[in-house]
Amino acid sequence: MTMKIFVPRDSTALALGADEVASAIAAEAKSRGLAIQLVRNGSRGMFWLEPMVEVETAAGRIAYGPVNEDDVASLFDAGFTEGKAHPLGLGKTEEIPYLKNQERLTFARVGITDPVSLDDYLAHEGYVGLKNALALSEEQIVKQVTDSGLRGRGGAAFPTGIKWETVRKCSPGQKYIVCNADEGDSGTFSDRMVMEDDPFMLIEGMTIAGLAVGANKGYIYVRSEYPHAITALNEAITVARNAQYLGVNILGSGKAFDLEVRMGAGSYVCGEETAMLESLEGKRGIVRAKPPLPALEGLFGQPTVINNVITLASVPIIMAKGAAFYKDFGMGRSTGTLPFQITGNIKHGGLVERAFGLTLRELIYDFGGGSRSGRPIKAVQVGGPLGAYVPPSQWDVPLDYEAYAALGLVVGHGGIVVHDDTANMAKLARYAMEFCAIESCGKCTPCRIGSTRGVETIDRIANAQDKEQQVHLLRDLCDTMVHGSLCAMGGMTPYPVLSALNHYPADFGLQTTEATAS
Amino acid sequence: MADTQISDHVHAAFDAVGMIDGALLPVLHEVQARCGYIPTDAVPLIADRLNLTRAEVHGVISYYHHFRQKPAGKVVVQVCRAEACQSVGADQLAEHVVRSLGCDFHETSKDGSVTLEPVYCLGHCACGPSIMVGDNVHARVTPERFDKLMQRAGSAA
Repeated sequence: MTMKIFVPRDSTALALGADEVASAIAAEAKSRGLAIQLVRNGSRGMFWLEPMVEVETAAGRIAYGPVNEDDVASLFDAGFTEGKAHPLGLGKTEEIPYLKNQERLTFARVGITDPVSLDDYLAHEGYVGLKNALALSEEQIVKQVTDSGLRGRGGAAFPTGIKWETVRKCSPGQKYIVCNADEGDSGTFSDRMVMEDDPFMLIEGMTIAGLAVGANKGYIYVRSEYPHAITALNEAITVARNAQYLGVNILGSGKAFDLEVRMGAGSYVCGEETAMLESLEGKRGIVRAKPPLPALEGLFGQPTVINNVITLASVPIIMAKGAAFYKDFGMGRSTGTLPFQITGNIKHGGLVERAFGLTLRELIYDFGGGSRSGRPIKAVQVGGPLGAYVPPSQWDVPLDYEAYAALGLVVGHGGIVVHDDTANMAKLARYAMEFCAIESCGKCTPCRIGSTRGVETIDRIANAQDKEQQVHLLRDLCDTMVHGSLCAMGGMTPYPVLSALNHYPADFGLQTTEATAS
Repeated sequence: MADTQISDHVHAAFDAVGMIDGALLPVLHEVQARCGYIPTDAVPLIADRLNLTRAEVHGVISYYHHFRQKPAGKVVVQVCRAEACQSVGADQLAEHVVRSLGCDFHETSKDGSVTLEPVYCLGHCACGPSIMVGDNVHARVTPERFDKLMQRAGSAA
């Protein structure tokens, strides 16, 4: 029997040497006269163990990692192809606590299958959702999504069903599904993983969205920093098209839907939905004023559903298992699961999909194992560069959209960046303003000018020039940015800035009373 | 680059992209892939094909960080400067990179071998600091590892 060996093709695994390991395994097997089948699977999302090699045995898949190319010969010597013991052995993959303690709905297949194998996808419950959707009316599909309680996973958490219903109700004509895959937030990679490691799931979700609202064309706007995601998506789209899962007659239903991947060009603000539409239309990525809502007048002026990758990737399981199944996960109005990404200065960084309601402390200690440096954790930024720095006193708040919002925090896209006690929060606050100045589209004044003034003001505070006045000025400036900016870029940059100032005044050279005086 | 060469590249770019809506960004990506940058002389040709003004095309090229208006060095090195990488020493790595290449960000080293660019997230945030050397991604990059990667890139070039 041919032995099946899995080496991930996920780009983080590649960045840690997965290709070299795969070549070494192929060469070693050849020199030993062993017949192996090398599968390039997705990553399980336990990145501190990458490159993680798995072998298929009668008892299930056995994992080894992190594997260096120099370890390959000794793995063969130890008989790893039969799942035998080796110092890098991790036991059965499914039994690794990090994985076992997750609730993987959207990421159920990720890391298990060959991402671009349609057979693998079908063998693991793929396209069940689409088949169910094809038997339903547009209204019934939208109702399922509405009933599931699914909310936009890009960060804004807008109810997906309501957005879809708005587009569905527009008079028939050209409508579009646009997938926002401009995942620019530092500390996030769940979109990237879906696209690289299970692209059919996104394709299926977008196809269902097309059926639901009467759109026959979809675009996936992927950032240029994600070349591997673009490659995997294009491979999968071609396969899906050849098998009639995309095209003019989906599975013989007479319904049409097709997809095109478009590459961004290194502009963070193009993750804002209207800037993204401008970019797709071939223009500078400048934010549009709303209204009109993109649902009514979106891409090329037509009704458009714009959803994040994870939102669309959550649709197949909702259609496969029903709204009630999905809604059972989570708490309050935050139903279902969120793939959290534990990153930064963390020992066990990776992807953890869990129902809403667990705490940051559980994520960074129970899953993450504390800081990578071994030093105390000082601050955790949740929700990307526009999310607040969460101090230890708030680490026991359940991760839920409403509970977080009540404290002025954001769950966002589920990115969690850990900083140890060497972090200088004034420097990070300055960086937030600096990043906004670099990436601002320039349309509105609070963001374009405010960000530059913000950098200068923080510099003056750090240099102890008129501290009291400058703190007052910074707060006033942040207030203007929050209330006067056209989009979240300028509107939320104050979140990390003010949270750093409020919770870590010493880093700004301030006493607590000086920091809070306004 | 000679005018005829630029014109050939622009035509080839349009052929590769085909007739699609909102073609400007895909065309610019194709031109950059062929020429290594977007030559000034390509702008009127692109504008003409898409029925746009030169100003509109120039506006798009200069808006996006990805498009370059001058040729780059033999290899482009992108170093992530974002928060997750900062938390594990990206600033120190960046200082080392600037010192060892002898050029700042957005610049090309004197011998023309390397162009250094900042990048804001490559999506390997659980294993920072991350960099890209040409098309290859590298995670958990220390100053020592960076030097080795550059030696390898140098001997491959």
